[in-house]
Amino acid sequence: MSLATALALIGAISAALFAGIGSSIGVGNAGQAAAGVVTEDPSLFSKVLVLQLLPGTQGIYGLLISFITLSQIGIMGGSNPTDIGTGLQYLVACMAIAIVGLVSAIQQGRAAVSSIALVAKRPDQFGKAMIFPAMVETYAILALLVSILAINGIA
Amino acid sequence: MAVLPMKKITIAGMKKDRKTVLEALQRMEAVEIIDADEEETKDTAFSKADTSEQRTQFERMASRIDDALEILNQYAPDANSGLKAKLAGKEALSASDFGTVVRSREQTLNYANEIVQRQKEITEAKAEGPRIETQIESLMPWMKMDLPLDFKGTAKTAALIGTVPEAVTEDSVAEAIYQYAPDITGVNVDVISSDDEQSCLMVVCLKKDAPQVDEALRRMEFARPPVSSRIPSEEIAALRQQMQDNNKKIEELQSSIASFAEHREDLKRLYDYFVMRADKYQVIDELAQSNRTFILTGYVPAEQADEVVSALTSRCELAVDLADPDPDEDVPVKLHNPKLAEPVEGVVENYSMPGKNDVDPTTPVACFYYFLFGMMLSDACYGAIICIITGILLKKHKNMDGGLQRSLKMFFLCGLGTILSGILFGSYFGDLIPTIGSLMGKDIKIWNWIDPLHQPMTMMTFSFTVGIIHIFTALGILMYSLIKHGHVLDAIYDGVFWYMLVGGLIVFGLSYESFCGMLGFDAAVVSSSAGSVGGWIALIGAIGILLFGGRDSRNWGKRLAKGAYALYGITGYLSDILSYSRLMALGLATSVISSVFNTLGAMSGNVILFIIIALIGHVLNILINMLGAYVHSNRLTFVEFFGKFYEGGGRKFKPFGMNTKYIKVTK
Repeated sequence: MSLATALALIGAISAALFAGIGSSIGVGNAGQAAAGVVTEDPSLFSKVLVLQLLPGTQGIYGLLISFITLSQIGIMGGSNPTDIGTGLQYLVACMAIAIVGLVSAIQQGRAAVSSIALVAKRPDQFGKAMIFPAMVETYAILALLVSILAINGIA
Repeated sequence: MAVLPMKKITIAGMKKDRKTVLEALQRMEAVEIIDADEEETKDTAFSKADTSEQRTQFERMASRIDDALEILNQYAPDANSGLKAKLAGKEALSASDFGTVVRSREQTLNYANEIVQRQKEITEAKAEGPRIETQIESLMPWMKMDLPLDFKGTAKTAALIGTVPEAVTEDSVAEAIYQYAPDITGVNVDVISSDDEQSCLMVVCLKKDAPQVDEALRRMEFARPPVSSRIPSEEIAALRQQMQDNNKKIEELQSSIASFAEHREDLKRLYDYFVMRADKYQVIDELAQSNRTFILTGYVPAEQADEVVSALTSRCELAVDLADPDPDEDVPVKLHNPKLAEPVEGVVENYSMPGKNDVDPTTPVACFYYFLFGMMLSDACYGAIICIITGILLKKHKNMDGGLQRSLKMFFLCGLGTILSGILFGSYFGDLIPTIGSLMGKDIKIWNWIDPLHQPMTMMTFSFTVGIIHIFTALGILMYSLIKHGHVLDAIYDGVFWYMLVGGLIVFGLSYESFCGMLGFDAAVVSSSAGSVGGWIALIGAIGILLFGGRDSRNWGKRLAKGAYALYGITGYLSDILSYSRLMALGLATSVISSVFNTLGAMSGNVILFIIIALIGHVLNILINMLGAYVHSNRLTFVEFFGKFYEGGGRKFKPFGMNTKYIKVTK
């Protein structure tokens, strides 16, 4: 494998790796809070489950970028990048979702924990509780978009 | 799309008819009763009753039954619970059936008491278990002893039975005793059991030596054994028997509770009966009453007013007055919307009910909501699956819980939006059809209007366009409500100028080739002359905002500064429009993830494996992306759309009615 492909591969793996780490931290924290709520009131299970899942999307966005990249750099299709410049381009393009995914998932997890506490006290305010974590997700979506556009541009 | 107009209803009647009136109102569920003002009834013949005592009594019985039902569910799970119960809806009971429930209430309440009582016994029995366990544990080291532990000795000898907290031998104990009391006649030491933590001893000596031996032993931290008058092995056997009996008792109690399952429905009905009674007393508290008469005031939706009045006056002699509420009254809000928009009322309520003078935003929200959701899920087959599942549930369970029905209807319509956008962007289970085609060596092309993955800029431009339309609609509603309340000039300052500025800037931008190129067009979209017109319009809008944005300040310096700040709000419009890029991003996420699974399946090279991978993958994808689409449709509605015009803050209309959990009484 050439250095160019290796660089691109580092990018592809980082996207799934870091965004996945972020999501697992976020979902994990929210899960602890959610389990606590369910011990008190099992009927809130479906509501807190939705809130727990919210920080999980970054991992999926990371997977998505990872997959698009892999299918372009000759690992799962496409052709190997020929020069180091192109390899670096893939690496950098993947960094948007890798880094923003990592940070935003953790932060979204915190917002989700607070929202779960909100739902525990006032189950009728579920709609509002859902919006706070979703606000954080905006930035992960923007990073996902930038990564997609960049990778499409390279190809 | 409307907030229903409300009437204020005042009913005056004889106290003997109070029950009839309240029951009729409770069944109709059309009047929200206002708590009579304490101040107003002061110094008149009227006063307010205090029924809290009766109410508490009913509430206590209701909670007793609730406890009983919960206990019953532990031992005989309710087959009809959770989602299933919600789908089935509340049981409809005719008035006469309900009468039967009421007549047999003593009996049913007894069942509840029995259940609660037996649960108490179970709890006690369960606490007994560990206690017996510890007893057995403490006797275990004495197993080999063939005398009872409270054996005191024979006529001449004394037996000292107990433990020391270390490992010892018979000789070591005897030696220790002789060392302390060298002049005793003699001792006999038996070690029953011994380990590092404790040794069980029986020391026998002459009665006269007993105090000295006892003292010697005490120095070794000799402690008395557990109290027991039987030989340890017998005692342990007895305790084990007791344990078994105890467990059996628990089991018997549990199955006896489970046998009450046949009365579960009766308990549920009676629960609702007590809740309704408690509610009724709550209302009686709110009435102004004299010795013989009562006065009830409340709000009723204008369209139901006549029906309520005629239903009441047909039952008994009453004086009823309908009036328009004062403008500064805290009138509750009830929404009424066309069938297609109604399901979205839940989304609006989630944000906030409209104030009584606000425009009800439900219908405009609905116009976009289904489409926004669709774009973010954007797969025709996913949409079809959602439609089929929700459609079947809606058709099969006509009686289901109102809130659930509304959500299912909403998702059905969202499913239609998803089918539409799936067709527009050519996605059917992602790229399943071309993937299968390529496996079979055929190149299948599916029609699409935009291919989001290969024309990302075009897709993004389309997303922004949807966003601009969404935001401009919000601005339009702002103008509509300002004009409706007579603030025509405000409508121009806060609406028209912004249309001019944002719209003008867009036209201006579209006349430049570089800007259009960024959006995925080959050439400038509008001519340069149109562009310059747009530029001028934008400039007029900007000047208008600068001059009038701070019009509530009298000082011109302050006013211009505020205007400049208002003009800075253009950055808000920019970020709002960019925020709609999520339409494209989430849509792409759905289609790319589904192609991941399709590809993985195809790579397996095995039909069965392909089907399994695709099935699991697509189910996962639908669930996770439905959640995303729902959350972000709400976000776009709450932040970008409502941000422009909607404040809310109204109070939801809560009629006096059957606030029941399990049943509803038909008229």
